[in-house]
Formats: sequence, structure tokens, C-alpha cells
Amino acid sequence: MIAMTGFARALREAGVAADRTRLTTSLAALAQVDAVDVEQVYWAVRLALCSEPDDLPRFDALFDAWFRARGPTLPGPVQPQPTLQTAQLRPLAGDGTTDQAGDDDPLATAATDAEILRQHDITELSTDERDEVNRMIALLAPRVGTRRTARRRRGGSERIDVRRTVRTMLHDGGEPGLLVYDRRREKPRRLVLLLDVSGSMSPYADVLLRFAHAAVRVSPASTEVFTMSTRLTRVTRQLRLRDADLALRAAGRAIPDWSGGTRLGESLRAFLDRWGQRGTARRAVVVLASDGWERGDAGLLGEQMARLARLSHTVVWVNPHRGKAGFAPATGGMLAALPHIDELIAGHSFDALRNVAEVIARA
Amino acid sequence: MQPSSFDNPTAVSDALDRVGYLPDIGVATAAYLAIRMGRPLFLEGDPGVGKTALAQALAEITGSRLVRLQCYEGIDASQALYDWDFPRQILHLRAAGDGADTAALEASLYDRRFLVARPILQALEQSPSVLLIDEIDRADDEFEAFLLEVLADNAVTIPELGTIRAVTPPLVVLTSNRTREVHDALKRRCLYHWVAHPDFAREVEIVRRHIPEVADRLARDVAAAVSRLRESDLLKPPGIAETIDWARALHILGATGLDAELAAATLGAAVKYHEDEVRVRRDILPQLAEQLGR
Repeated sequence: MIAMTGFARALREAGVAADRTRLTTSLAALAQVDAVDVEQVYWAVRLALCSEPDDLPRFDALFDAWFRARGPTLPGPVQPQPTLQTAQLRPLAGDGTTDQAGDDDPLATAATDAEILRQHDITELSTDERDEVNRMIALLAPRVGTRRTARRRRGGSERIDVRRTVRTMLHDGGEPGLLVYDRRREKPRRLVLLLDVSGSMSPYADVLLRFAHAAVRVSPASTEVFTMSTRLTRVTRQLRLRDADLALRAAGRAIPDWSGGTRLGESLRAFLDRWGQRGTARRAVVVLASDGWERGDAGLLGEQMARLARLSHTVVWVNPHRGKAGFAPATGGMLAALPHIDELIAGHSFDALRNVAEVIARA
Repeated sequence: MQPSSFDNPTAVSDALDRVGYLPDIGVATAAYLAIRMGRPLFLEGDPGVGKTALAQALAEITGSRLVRLQCYEGIDASQALYDWDFPRQILHLRAAGDGADTAALEASLYDRRFLVARPILQALEQSPSVLLIDEIDRADDEFEAFLLEVLADNAVTIPELGTIRAVTPPLVVLTSNRTREVHDALKRRCLYHWVAHPDFAREVEIVRRHIPEVADRLARDVAAAVSRLRESDLLKPPGIAETIDWARALHILGATGLDAELAAATLGAAVKYHEDEVRVRRDILPQLAEQLGR
């Protein structure tokens, strides 16, 4: 019981949504299986505590550390997994004072993700200016255009709503009365943000994530955010936190490859295989923020961009260098992607981001 | 067989085996816990790994009826729960004529016989049953909220008629293909299982089960080829359904083993995208022929 509580906490720190309800379920499940059989314990706990495929590798690693090495009753002073260890070293959420100390504080040398995020800010701005820009980004509220859905609502003159019409008739003793009409309902289009957080994009990663946070805040159900560097990470869940700083810190913890190399093609393929083709990219407005520096195979990127263009409604590429004088889309990745992009726009300043929001809204 | 007769995952596994579904320990434990705890089972996995088939097998081993609700965008209560049979109600009114007692007439309008039971209500009324809610991710998120309510109470309240409650709550199986994220409130109530592709030995056994007349070597070759295809980063990796289709196609052609020529001729049974087909023909088939040694 105590072991399970600690195990669930370790899972939460590793980013698995093993909340109290699931913990209770796992205890009930354990009561049904043979507690000496590690395989049965494994499945009972996994069935109760995990809730998406991304959870499974993290679960397996932690389960091995907690239960396989020492037996189920004695987790003891567990040798934490690397992910867990770093997670525990980080300051607790809401630790606002150290955050406000700013970049100038020479004591802040422990490389927490919050600080890494700060270093990744637009370099030409002072701390105050950057705070101001961050506040303005939070107010941007990027909204996407709508699409017609299969659901219907009352009103208009598109089609007679037989259900309601007949119901009125029944009420009036079967006399034909007024006809009730309905029409198709509109829904916001899905917005997918794919943010390149590799080394070359690091000055812009922070603002882009803030922009993403603002978008998630406006329509949490229809926005998805992924980061790409050497691998693909989904950060939507972290960005749903209301407070922008907390959300960014949570996202920072979830991203294992900050400032890593750039393998856009592979990351994009991972996105399309695991999410895009299944439906996330279908009929969606997809915003890809990257400078197009591709260390991998540019041909692969071109192929995957073609796939993305076929699935989605609009593909917008935000390139921070687009706004600078003398820009030409000359990087290998950019050239390969160009034929499959609907709009190529800048993303280096607040005004540029506001433009991004407008383009998204028009799409 | 009664649900209570399952004492451990192995018992469920054996029972599933007997009705032609070969589970691994994960699926068997998931099914066992779902039955014992009365929790909905939430199944995710690549298309064609046998999520729907598991629900059918569960209905068979628990001796209950399978009620299937296929979700789609725009589905609402009148398609999932119940609907009133309006034409019959109108006819009833017309038949009664003008002189009828209005109060009694009105009451008789909302009688059970004018109610059309849709899948969820059917599952509640006909216990024991297995309710398969297929591809929940296709429905809108409003529908999830509504589903949550029904699953929590195992009852449906019809304002004009009262509450209909299940005698034995149905065993609920939800499947999702992950076209969107299902709300956490719903997932939290369920046991979550990711259905993986079967390993080689199990897949060979599954093929033999479905097509008993197939040659042993062919079953083995096809399973090997399919697992090779699954490792090749295809847009749509073949599922179990494709493996069976492929083996059947080859068997009809009279094959007792797989070679490059036969594989090329029947590739359409296993690979469903043009891009995949081009890649497989160019890169993978030659290697496969080598691997099979013929």
C-alpha cells in the first residue's frame, strides 16, 4: 500500500497521469491477482495506472526499479531512474522567488529547466522587456477558423428537424404545426503546433512555447503541441496548466532533448505515424516553427512534408529568420519542405507572432 | 459459463483460447480484471490487432450478448441510447380520434412500446451483455461526457418513462484508434490496455486457428514476413487481420510456402498504401526472399 503510493508518485514525476483514482483502482486490482506472481502484479498495476502508449516505457522502467529488483514488498531506498532523479532535483512548482531573481543572479548555477528556458529567450531583450513581451503573448489568444461538423443545432433553414417537429405535433394532439429547422454546427478547426527546440532554434524556443501555451489556453480541446529536436515530445498536457511559467517549466521537464541536434524529418515522421495520420493532422491547421536546419536527410523531410500537406487543411511554416534582411529559404530542409507549405512567415518578434495568429485565424 | 467462475487470469486465458481468441498474459489479465472488478476496459492499439475481436470473444466466454455501438462524428443520445418512435405515436393519436380522454391518451403516448432502444439501452435491458463502444475517438467530446454518466450509474433515465437500470451491469469494452485524445475523466474510470502485435509463435498459432487447412510452413513464412514488414516503418503496418488475409490468399493459390514471386503477387493482402507497396517491392521483398532462403 505504502509502496504503491510512492510508486504512483514516482510515476507522476515521470509524467504519467497516475492520480488518486487510478491508485485506488490499482489497489483494487492487486487484491484480485496473485501478489507473489510478478507478471500478474505488473499487469494489474499497469492496467490501472497507465493511460496512453507514451506512458508504457516510463512505467516499465520504474516498475523494474521498484518491483523486479527487490521484490514487491520491499521497495526500500530505491535507486531512482535518471528521469526521476533529475525531476526531484528541480525546484518545486510555484517557487516564484528564484524565478524572479533574473538572469543576473550568479548563484543560480544549478541547471534547472526553468533557467534553461530563460536562457532560451530572445537575447536582445532585457528581463523587463521580455516579461512585457511574455504578457503580450499571453493575450494574443491565437484562434483558428471553424469547420462544419456533422452535429446539428436548431435554427436556420437548412433541414427540417423531424424529431422536434413531431414532438411539437404530439404536444398539440397530432395537429401539424410549425416546422422546426436545424443546421450544421461549426467547430474550431484543430490546431497543431510543431515546435523545433533544437540548438539552432534555442533563442526562440521560449517565446514559441509561450505562444503555444496561449493557443492551448484559448481552445484546450482542439489544440495539440509537440516539440521536435532529435525526437518528438508531446507537451499538450503540460501546457494545459493555467499559469504560463508553471506550464513552461512542466514542458521543460518533459522535453528530454532541449537544444539537441535537429532531425526534423524523423521527428515529423514520428508525429505523422503516431498522431497525424490517425487523425490529429486531418483537417487541421498545422504550424511548424523551425529554421529548417536539418542535420538528417532532407529528402526524408520533403517526403514527410508531402504527407503532412495531404492530410492537413493548411501548413504554415514559421521561420524566425524569415523576418531578417537578406533571408532566402536556402537551408536544405527548407528547400525540401517549400513545395508543401501554404504560408512561410516570420516568427522572430512579437509583431511577427501576432501575424502568425492572424494567419492561423484566416486559415 | 458464469463470470464468477473465473478465478485467475489463466482461467480467462484458457476460456478465450477455447473460443478461438489467443490472448497473451496482458490481454488475459485485462479481461480478468474487467470481469472481476466490473470496470470498463479501454483498449488502444494499431488497427487490426484484435480489439473488436476481443469484445466478441468476451461475450462468448461470459455467455452474454454482444451489443455494439459504432461511434462516428455527430453521434448523440438518440442514436446511442433511445429514441421515440414518432410515426407510431402520431398514428396512435390519429387512431384515438377526437372523443378520447386526453389525459389517458397523453399518458399512453409515452409507453415502452413506442420506445426504440438503441445500443446502450439494449445492453442495459438485456443482461448479461457485453457492450462494445467501438472507436470512441470518432465521437465528439460532448458524447464522452454523456457516456460517462451512463457508465457511472449503469442506468438510463427517460424523463417520460422513469429509470431503466441494468440487472447485471454490462461488461463495457471501449476501443480507440487515437485519432484524438479521449478525455481523462473517461479514461480514469477504465482499465487501460495497449494491445500490442502478437509475437511470432502466437501469430503462427492464430493463423492456424483461423485457417486450419493452411500448410504449416506457409503459416510460419507469412508470420515471419509480416513481422519483417512491421519493422520496416510502413505507413500502415499490417495487423493480424492482414496476416490472416494474406495466408488465406496464398492458400487459395495453392501455396505451401512463401517465395518472392508469390509474395509479390499477393502483396495487396498485406500492404494497403501505394507508397508502402513501392517500398516493399523495391527494398524489402528481395531481402525477404533471401531470409526465407528460396
